[in-house]
Amino acid sequence: MSLAAAATNESLAQTSNVLIYSAMAVYTLAFFAHIAEWLFGSRSRVARTAAALTGGAQESAAGQIEIQVAQQGGATAVLERPKIITRSAAGTRNIPDGPGAHGGDAQGDLYGRIAVSLTVLAWLVEAAGVVARALSVQRAPWGNMYEFNITFSTVAVTVYLVLLALKKNVRWIGLPLITTVLLDLGLAVTVLYTDSDQLVPALHSYWLWIHVSTAIFCGAVFYVGAVATLLYLFRERYETKLATGLTPGSFATSVLERLPASTTLDKFAYRVNAAVFPLWTFTIIAGAIWAGDAWGRYWGWDPKEVWSFITWVAYAGYLHARATAGWKGRKAAYLALIAFGCWLFNYYGVNIFVTGKHSYAGV
Amino acid sequence: MSKASTNSGTTTDKAGATEASAARDGEAAAPDDAAVAPDDATRGVAATDSAAAAPDSQVRDDAGELGAAGSQLSTAPREETALGGPTLSLVGWLRWFWRQLTSMRVALILLFLLSLGSIPGSLIPQTSIDELKVQDFKDRHETLAPIYDKLQLFHVYSSVWFSAIYILLFISLIGCIVPRTWQFAGQLRSRPPAAPRRLTRLPAYTTWRTSAAPEAAREAAVAILKRHRFRTHISGDAVAAEKGYLREAGNLIFHIALIVLLVAFATGQLFKSEGGKLVVEGDGFSNTLTQYDDFKSGSLFNTDDLAPFSFRLDSFTATYERSGPQLGTPRTFEAKVRYTTSADGAERTSVIEVNKPLEVQGSKVYLISHGYAPVVTVRDGRGQVVYKGAVPLLPIDNNISSTGAIKVMDGYRDKNGKKDQLGFAAFFVPTYGGKNSGQMFSQFPALDFPVLNIGAYHGSLGVDSGLPQNVYQLDTRKLKPFKDAKGDLLKTTLLPGEKLTLPDGAGSITFEKDVKEWASFQISHQPGDAWALTGAVAAIAGLAGSLFIQRRRIWVRAVRGADGVTVVEMAGLGRSESAKLPEELAELAGTLHSEAPTAPDPAGSSAEQTVEAEGAEK
Ligand code: HEM
Repeated sequence: MSLAAAATNESLAQTSNVLIYSAMAVYTLAFFAHIAEWLFGSRSRVARTAAALTGGAQESAAGQIEIQVAQQGGATAVLERPKIITRSAAGTRNIPDGPGAHGGDAQGDLYGRIAVSLTVLAWLVEAAGVVARALSVQRAPWGNMYEFNITFSTVAVTVYLVLLALKKNVRWIGLPLITTVLLDLGLAVTVLYTDSDQLVPALHSYWLWIHVSTAIFCGAVFYVGAVATLLYLFRERYETKLATGLTPGSFATSVLERLPASTTLDKFAYRVNAAVFPLWTFTIIAGAIWAGDAWGRYWGWDPKEVWSFITWVAYAGYLHARATAGWKGRKAAYLALIAFGCWLFNYYGVNIFVTGKHSYAGV
Repeated sequence: MSKASTNSGTTTDKAGATEASAARDGEAAAPDDAAVAPDDATRGVAATDSAAAAPDSQVRDDAGELGAAGSQLSTAPREETALGGPTLSLVGWLRWFWRQLTSMRVALILLFLLSLGSIPGSLIPQTSIDELKVQDFKDRHETLAPIYDKLQLFHVYSSVWFSAIYILLFISLIGCIVPRTWQFAGQLRSRPPAAPRRLTRLPAYTTWRTSAAPEAAREAAVAILKRHRFRTHISGDAVAAEKGYLREAGNLIFHIALIVLLVAFATGQLFKSEGGKLVVEGDGFSNTLTQYDDFKSGSLFNTDDLAPFSFRLDSFTATYERSGPQLGTPRTFEAKVRYTTSADGAERTSVIEVNKPLEVQGSKVYLISHGYAPVVTVRDGRGQVVYKGAVPLLPIDNNISSTGAIKVMDGYRDKNGKKDQLGFAAFFVPTYGGKNSGQMFSQFPALDFPVLNIGAYHGSLGVDSGLPQNVYQLDTRKLKPFKDAKGDLLKTTLLPGEKLTLPDGAGSITFEKDVKEWASFQISHQPGDAWALTGAVAAIAGLAGSLFIQRRRIWVRAVRGADGVTVVEMAGLGRSESAKLPEELAELAGTLHSEAPTAPDPAGSSAEQTVEAEGAEK
């Protein structure tokens, strides 16, 4: 029987555990480096937002600020080439992005770079841990919640690092991301830990590779979108306060000043969520096909199916909200957060509190 | 040229703005002005327009200003801002209601309600999933249950209120798609709208003076845009081009695919049939109604729809984890079957696994569960065999401890030759693990140490009462227990090959050295599967088109300026702000520029102005 060959490899499993713990240690160092970045960054005072708002801000009757600023656009600065002038949409605040956590402080920036380097290292170690786990069981490392968690954080960090590598302005997400990665791994190694083992027959399927991997990926990207959305809400309030002449608290000023402008955060969150929405649709459909093979019906309103559906509808609602006048901005952002809440509940809530057909070997 | 300063775009420069707006008012006027305009052009003027405009709705805000050029870049319905009801007349009300229903706002609310409405179904037990759990819930919550019942919370997904939400949503969807499709078809037939008067108003803009003739520049622009697969035509002094229609098409396809999905799902529910059948190794099944153990079908199903096929279970194999913390967890289940279809009558073999149903003639045969069927032989007092066969027993735990009943209904006569019936309560463990408070238990699911416990009765099995009977349970109400020496129920534990002799020459029961496995199958037929899949694939494709493709317009105006030099202006408009549009415009402008290069600066270039502008940025 092929079972003998598929027996778990204990020493590899052990190695995987050691790697995961090491990754946690390095992430912790990265966490402190980020804290240092924020602390040093607070020394510099860069009140760009207020400057942008007061430097010629005009208030219209509706109380919205409309400043139109010409910006140098994507044209490569070859002199002979015509330059492109871009003009923002009417009604948008034209506020520059914050400088990032380091706040323009050289030492802060250094710590930030150290944090990113440490994150890369931790990510490598963690990825190796996931791979070792997969090798030890000779299957996709997605059989139970422990494996799900370690893969999830690896993928979330991958998304972040890829965006960084593409020179996107995302370093500001570093601290919140690393914090939750540590939380996620902490939960994984304590509450959710499961020894490496084979799968129950219902999970023997190539759909496991397809359905679960896309589900994890979507979750990781939705997560990044949710962090951006949350920060958008804070930053938007901060900008509104400044615009209406109020003085935000000094802590808020110090932290929020360094984040990208609310429009940037909003756009980033939208792009991220919209980009992954088709994949989430695919994930649900792949799940339905698998359910059709495994349980004899492609849709049976099992709790997991219901919550995937709710998540999907919530994100569709968010996308609609963005296209509907009167629902953009904060309202749409709340919808995005609710949608991510649904995703989270579908993972933790449904797995732990609700019984359904979706079984994970040992939680 | 290109004295335009590289401004960081962080502050507003009022002086520049006034100057720029002045410059723009005289549009393609003096070349100098035209050259300076781009930099500061868009500022001050913009601050005066569109008072309470929301971000991103630029297209609509500017529609007035840009005319046809800015309109219809999307077929999204316009939001009715005034919520006030119509005046009185019934038709008026209906029209108002319809407009509300098909508005994006209501679609949004309905989507929200739909997700809210599906929550209770995941938290409260549902009859369609587990009737026993529902019963249990009802027993435990005596006050709550009737209320839940009234609210149809035990079958949320077929409840009136849930259906109402999604039916409204789909009416709204259809009401939304039809006009949008018309509108889109119209856009496809007509040409991209002509250039707006002031190209400087557009989100991405560039200009330069060229020595090429205006006609030549326009021709070159048409060629370039066509090469980039824009729909392009010349209207007046400008070229109008548009690209990315697939976005709208994708969006429409997505919404239509949702309707296809729903219709397919509904068809499946109405015409489906689904039945279960337990088959012992060596036995078979043929697909007719009478052969099913249980059978459910949709309200429009017709028994003639059952596909004519049959199969035989050759063997069933299960393997389990033999060590480690997950000892006993199942690893593989395989049912080897031979099947024939009436189509050609040929016999084929197949292995059905948990994730691999057998597909035959549009039906699917799924492996659902399995268990053991010990083979027993029952003899009467004279040693004559009155029953011999494998008795399927139902598993009651993960280690497949199983219970069931052996019923000898006819053919048995007691020692006096009188007709009687025998009933045996059976308890079986595949791997004997000892006894727990008198009851033996199994410690492993495989057949390592099978033991059968039998309790013997005789009398009436109650099968003639006309009531449906559970084949796995013994109805002992009209049965008399055989007694052991102490006067208790005659009950004993048998190993394979062992025999229990009934008292007073009543006969015997033998546990043969053979334990078969049984597998239960679900045979389902659900038409519309293929449609559902098609709809799903179309939905994803449409969605990808709708979210990843930008619809955008590009205009190129080339006119001869007052000094006789050609001024080229290029501008782009997208549906939403995106960094891609300026990049694309830059690329196109670069290409066009190489064919219509910058003209030498006329005398008296405005060097001071540049300096001034730069200074203002600081
Ligand atoms: C079954 C429910 C529905 C779902 C799941 C759904 C989903 C979606 C999604 C995912 C998008 C893409 C968003 C984007 O392009 O940014 C979209 C766009 C759109 N939907 Fe729906 N939709 C539904 C019902 C409706 C209904 C009832 C209407 C009509 C009122 C509607 C009108 C639109 C329009 C006009 C757009 C395009 C928005 C734009 O161009 O910006 N949808 N929908």
